[in-house]
Amino acid sequence: MTRKHSALTISIIAVIMGVLIGCLILAVTGRNPLNIFVALIRSLTGFSINRPDRGINLMYPLNWLLSSMPIILTGLSVAFAYRTGLFNIGGEGQFIAGCIACSFVALMVDLPPVVHTLACIVAAALAGAIWAFLPGFLKAYRNINEVVICVMLNYTALYFNDWFTRTFFPIDTFTLARTIDYPESVSLGNLGFGTASQFNWGFVIVLICVAVFWFVMEKTTFGYSLRATGFNSEGSRYAGMKNRRNTVLSMMIAGAFTGIAGAIVLIGNYGYGRIFTSFDNFGFDGISVALVGGSNALGVLASGLLFGLMAASETQFQILGIPSEISDLIQAAIIIFVAIQYGVSLVLDLISNNIMKKKVKEAA
Amino acid sequence: MKKFFRIALIAMLAIALVGCTSNETPTGTDTPTTGGTEQTASINVGFVTDTGGIDDKSFNQTSYEGIKRFASENGLVEGTNFSYLQSSGEEQYVPNLSQFAEEGVDLVAAAGYLFQGAIEEVAKAYPDVNFLVIDVAGIDIPNVQTANFAVNEGSYLVGVVAGKKAIEAGTNHVGMVIGQESESMNGFWAGYQEGVWSVCPDCVISYDNANNFGDTAVGKTLAQKQFEAGATVIFACAGATGNGVIQEAAERRTNGEDVWVIGVDTDQYDLGIYGENGESCILTSMMKRVDTATYNACQQILDGTFKGGNIDYTLADEGVGLPDENPNLTEEDLAAVEEAKEAIISGEVTVSTTPQTSADNELIIG
Repeated sequence: MTRKHSALTISIIAVIMGVLIGCLILAVTGRNPLNIFVALIRSLTGFSINRPDRGINLMYPLNWLLSSMPIILTGLSVAFAYRTGLFNIGGEGQFIAGCIACSFVALMVDLPPVVHTLACIVAAALAGAIWAFLPGFLKAYRNINEVVICVMLNYTALYFNDWFTRTFFPIDTFTLARTIDYPESVSLGNLGFGTASQFNWGFVIVLICVAVFWFVMEKTTFGYSLRATGFNSEGSRYAGMKNRRNTVLSMMIAGAFTGIAGAIVLIGNYGYGRIFTSFDNFGFDGISVALVGGSNALGVLASGLLFGLMAASETQFQILGIPSEISDLIQAAIIIFVAIQYGVSLVLDLISNNIMKKKVKEAA
Repeated sequence: MKKFFRIALIAMLAIALVGCTSNETPTGTDTPTTGGTEQTASINVGFVTDTGGIDDKSFNQTSYEGIKRFASENGLVEGTNFSYLQSSGEEQYVPNLSQFAEEGVDLVAAAGYLFQGAIEEVAKAYPDVNFLVIDVAGIDIPNVQTANFAVNEGSYLVGVVAGKKAIEAGTNHVGMVIGQESESMNGFWAGYQEGVWSVCPDCVISYDNANNFGDTAVGKTLAQKQFEAGATVIFACAGATGNGVIQEAAERRTNGEDVWVIGVDTDQYDLGIYGENGESCILTSMMKRVDTATYNACQQILDGTFKGGNIDYTLADEGVGLPDENPNLTEEDLAAVEEAKEAIISGEVTVSTTPQTSADNELIIG
């Protein structure tokens, strides 16, 4: 009864219901709900149903993939911690920590191309891991709730970034609100195929991270002991697993994924170090991505692409006269339907039972 | 299972159809049609907001109103000739700017120095599209016009007002809250200092950086701190964070305290209204006529005279200044402002753009 319907079925139903609710609200407020599909199809394929004469514009699908990249990584981060029974809500802090480390290596260290970029990404991963160490450590050895520490560290990172950047990095003289441009040796290349899209090689790094997540979690002893810790921490300790060490390591690996997201966004989208005045929300978006993706590698990849599509479609929505908030609304509805999956599967059971009864009747 | 999907599909189509019938006015025009069919002269303009949104009662809203004013004078239609895109995150600046460029508009406008990197990138990718960006300096691309405002001159004027109020109240103490340290903010800060000290050389100025343009709570806390320290007037230069400063002042005025706030960018008088008789805690506002910049750029596009490069809007050409109506200022205050204004325009007084700083950058004594 409980696990009869796969996570995939539930997620697909949630997505359909989410889009339906978006349509419903548009219809009620007197707008054309079909435009949602026009927008989504344009973001997916680059083809505009309203303007078929324009052909296919690759910029739109590339922007879709681009906006999916960071949230796939933060989704992996939340999912990794979740599988070990931890809730990583410190994505914003780890993201900013990754950004600081990335800017440090980019601006203060001189290296040849490619190596320089990879060094930035590795540094960002380490910084994210270090930022996540504290909540993991306190959870494991002092049993302090990781959620509280994570949230506090988010704000610590936000303000630390301001001080650190202004104190140690060369600041852009025209705005005084960001660092100077990164040197040319730090670049993820441009795969825009002649369009104005900022799509870049970072996507390969994202795919590698998905593969690493899958391999570590599903195929190694370490991953098995992490999952065991997640199922039952005391039980796994009784079975001889180092559940405390696992808790710390799991948080750190989760932090590393988010740190990489920070580096990829900075190098790929900005090309300079930022002074944040508010969170980018990639870390928080990761929670939804992990939830809808069922906390496994391929699921997170798929749901990251889905939420990326919603984010990328905001522009299309507005051009078509749909408020951009509809995109948030659809995302929220999807999350709610996944969160009430027990109820959804109950309804599914009811439907399939009715079908069964009918068939039995027909047979009789 | 199959049946469920069938029902879902039917429901979806039904809703879609209902939507089509209930929706008489077509909103689905994918593009502003290029080239007017009925009007003799027609242009298409796209405006991209920063993360503050189109209704921020400040920068974005005023810029867009400039476009709207131009449109209503020239018979242009929103949605067809001009429209806006809101950015929910900074990473959306490039996609949003490119979107308008792809739609083939004549002018893409955006406001705020955070657009600097994005506009450079997009303008290079679309050399045939014209761009206007407000408050950005140091861009040298032929199809980009940058508009900057002599905020130091305008801030000097409100500084004069603040200084006079502080003397009147006998506190000799004023304050300032900014949203983020930046070149633009330094202009505000420098002008305000000089204005205050020109009328009140002994005045102390409290200074705080909220490091946030969108957090009302932070603005409220900083205002509390500065008012407690004895400030009579606070110049709130911090977007929505400034609204917290205004709230705090309104509450204090309701309790009978003599405190004021100076608004920024637009006439924020209405934001500061408290009590039953419609009094406002907004002493005056430092207006930055970003709407003039967007309006002028639209006009130039229409006339075919649009050029890249930087345009400075100063006090002399009314690019900055006080609102037309200032119910909370006395005749004497207004005369002092007028005097300072003439001195600046005639060149008698030059206002600095580099602020003086103290060691802790918080409390500055003249």
